[in-house]
Amino acid sequence: MKIKVIVTLKNGVLDPQGKAIQQTLNGMNFGNVEDVRQGKYFEIEVKEKDEKKAKSLVDDMCKKLLANLVIEDYKIV
Amino acid sequence: MRSSVIIFPGSNCDRDMDVALKKFGFKNQMVWHNDQSIPKSDLIVLPGGFSYGDYLRCGSIASKSNIIKSVIDFANSGGLVLGICNGFQILTETGLLNGILQQNKFLNFICSNVYVKVKDKQNKYFKDLKKDVLELHIAHNEGNYFCSDDELKSLEDNNQIAVTYCGEDGTENEKNNPNGAIKHIAGIFNKNKNVLGMMPHPERMIDKYLSGEDGSLFFKNILDNFK
Repeated sequence: MKIKVIVTLKNGVLDPQGKAIQQTLNGMNFGNVEDVRQGKYFEIEVKEKDEKKAKSLVDDMCKKLLANLVIEDYKIV
Repeated sequence: MRSSVIIFPGSNCDRDMDVALKKFGFKNQMVWHNDQSIPKSDLIVLPGGFSYGDYLRCGSIASKSNIIKSVIDFANSGGLVLGICNGFQILTETGLLNGILQQNKFLNFICSNVYVKVKDKQNKYFKDLKKDVLELHIAHNEGNYFCSDDELKSLEDNNQIAVTYCGEDGTENEKNNPNGAIKHIAGIFNKNKNVLGMMPHPERMIDKYLSGEDGSLFFKNILDNFK
């Protein structure tokens, strides 16, 4: 079963890459872009048929490796 | 004093560290990341570099390697663990040190000499150090130290801030902070001050003809404090 995870920086944590992307977009005449936050996306193939169990496993993975909870939040989608 | 330098795939300051340690009389040995145990040591060093190509987050993959359990046990039993640059990043990812090293504020890789102020001398690394400001070298893309407000308060309350970026005269301000690190932090200790992580490279400042000698002071001081 494939589980998808999105990891993003927490609100309030400076995202210099997002800022640079925003400024570039503004410079390309996308003047209505007010903010960009960059994140990471994972597709994890888990050998597990029960969706609840698979998601719970991935939740553990997020806490232990995929996200650093000091600055990042994660969302299993 | 016996030391061990851990080599990860992608470490690139391991041999510089080996040369520096041996120059000042440490009996140094190199330890591969896949080993299960570390030979008897008084100091363990996690060197700079790009372990695992900085995949996922700097230091995150190395922080789960086989050898790390031994490093954590050693640190928890009071042993000296020093992480330089990528080694500092690895230490934060293991949880031995608080916070995280984020990308530099202006998105640039910085390679230059800097001055750092020694903020605490009640520890085995800086006790009786003759200078308060050291000239060291930095080379990193992710050196922008960050932690939560609570963690920062705890670092300050327990004097766990080891070194901060400053000018030659010791002035700490935005101009002398190369990477945007919170409170100009260049290095921190754990609570017991046996674990030290810092972005600057003392091993690159051990020869007056090549660079400078403030790194020599650092290594000699560790040895003197061990005697």
